[in-house]
Amino acid sequence: MGEVLVVAERFRGDWTEVTFELLAAGRQLAQGLGGTLSVAALGHGTTDQVRALGAADRVLYADAPELEAFVPEVHLRVLEAVVRSRQPRAVLVANTSTGMDLAAPLAARLGVPCVAYCRRVWAEDGQVLAQSQVYGGKLVAEVVLEGPGVLAVVAGSYPAEAGRVSGSPAVEEIPLPPLEGTRTRFVRFVEPEAADVDITREEILVAVGRGIGDRENLGLAEELAAALGGAVCASRPLVDNGWLPKNRQVGKSGLTVKPKLYLAAGISGAPEHLEGMRNAELIVAINTDPKAPIFDVAHYGVVGDVLEILSALTEEVRRRKAQG
Amino acid sequence: MHIVVVGKLVPDLVEDLEVDASGRELDRQFLKLVLNEFDEHALEEAVLLKEAHEARVTVLAPDADGVDDALYTALAKGADRAVKLVGLGEAPSSRQIAAALASALPSLNFDLVLTGVQAADDLDGQVGMLLAGSLGLPHVGVVTGVELDLDSRRARVRKEYPGGWLAELEVQLPAVLGIQAAKQPPRYVPVSKVRQAMKEHTLEELSVEPGPAPGLSVRRLFKPEATGRAEFLDGGPEEVAARLADILAQRGLVR
Repeated sequence: MGEVLVVAERFRGDWTEVTFELLAAGRQLAQGLGGTLSVAALGHGTTDQVRALGAADRVLYADAPELEAFVPEVHLRVLEAVVRSRQPRAVLVANTSTGMDLAAPLAARLGVPCVAYCRRVWAEDGQVLAQSQVYGGKLVAEVVLEGPGVLAVVAGSYPAEAGRVSGSPAVEEIPLPPLEGTRTRFVRFVEPEAADVDITREEILVAVGRGIGDRENLGLAEELAAALGGAVCASRPLVDNGWLPKNRQVGKSGLTVKPKLYLAAGISGAPEHLEGMRNAELIVAINTDPKAPIFDVAHYGVVGDVLEILSALTEEVRRRKAQG
Repeated sequence: MHIVVVGKLVPDLVEDLEVDASGRELDRQFLKLVLNEFDEHALEEAVLLKEAHEARVTVLAPDADGVDDALYTALAKGADRAVKLVGLGEAPSSRQIAAALASALPSLNFDLVLTGVQAADDLDGQVGMLLAGSLGLPHVGVVTGVELDLDSRRARVRKEYPGGWLAELEVQLPAVLGIQAAKQPPRYVPVSKVRQAMKEHTLEELSVEPGPAPGLSVRRLFKPEATGRAEFLDGGPEEVAARLADILAQRGLVR
């Protein structure tokens, strides 16, 4: 049978947005396969929340204290038991911090293929297909799965609204496999440090990436942000270098922003970055590489020296403001 | 304490990537390969742990153009042994690498495996996570810091979530960790130190069998058709700045 199994994702007591995106993707795939859509809902205190997963035909839920926080080994063990008993045609997992700890290990344990970085999943003639963005989004690989498989779907690939359907799915409790002897323990959450600037609330963001070169050049971005009345944010590499605090990072493991203006300077546009900013109202990108993927989401693009253009634009904005 | 770092060379994304005549594979003729950036972080974290504890670090990477340089650089940074995995052919998939490692690693008596959280060519999953699944080892991915407690043989790791949240998890060794970022940016080593490493060390070779890769085939590989494409502004910096300022002013963004 063509059952599609979506793995619901929880964070701090509720289903995450990507869960509903997966349900939207799963619904389409199940239709294409002529099968049904199930969702595996692992957590603690989930009983009242399973109705939110009404886009599925069937909610398979496990409610146990051991599942309260995400522990890769524990969640994998439960998920493996579910998949072994139901034998779905496709398992859809989010390509997120939690999903990445499940998709590949699950596929390895089951001896089935895994497809990472999926942007589209669909069925053709009873086969499951997927488009995966590889090489930092520079190429797309269209793959065909011969049999069952695990697909890790990138956040933002499907509309969450389409998966946010309340319904009355059949609800079944998952018989828990033995959980003693697991070797991983959740200790605690560490809250994000308080930010001096909340970039999710700024209307104008000047975003900098590796292309700005040296740390001293950050000043140019700060000057432009000051002239425009906005704030500076960054892509991952600059935050890893310690040039800007974590609370200024945009992207998959940082923040998602939707400002009126997102000016990306020296950012090539890796998929992980695009995930956090592609819905900005106006995107302007400056990069030396005309083929940089950032230009695929930008409204306006400038190919050239990032530093020269930042300086020239700062001057121009100041001049106009001075003129009123 | 024996830490194994698993790395792989991937196409340098700064360069243009072309699809070959088959339409299903990368044109590898002029490809420049570099060590996956997250594997650089895994190596850095391993060397930091070595500096903090009595640990040995072994770096493994499948044979590829440029792998010798990458492995000597790893030795110059502080790795004790560097091992080239041979027998996997050109551009093995993550699954093939993981399956080969799953049979080769146990003989190395490791306590901890560190790999990059992901690589740009991980079409069929991440090596570290596939390996953990095959070996049935505890695993945590998207890790940004590892502390070891040698007495209890545990690692305490920080796992990243969106929005700046972190989770602290404690893992019994042996375990596999997918490193997103080391506690500090990967160190730089001058060429002279790499040359010195070349004189002082020899690279080991480990012959492996490419493991089975289950039913997945690439039907086509293509450059994404952009759903939208930026309108490009041409001209010198001042000219471009004036046009941009106009665009921003029209939207009330320069007031």
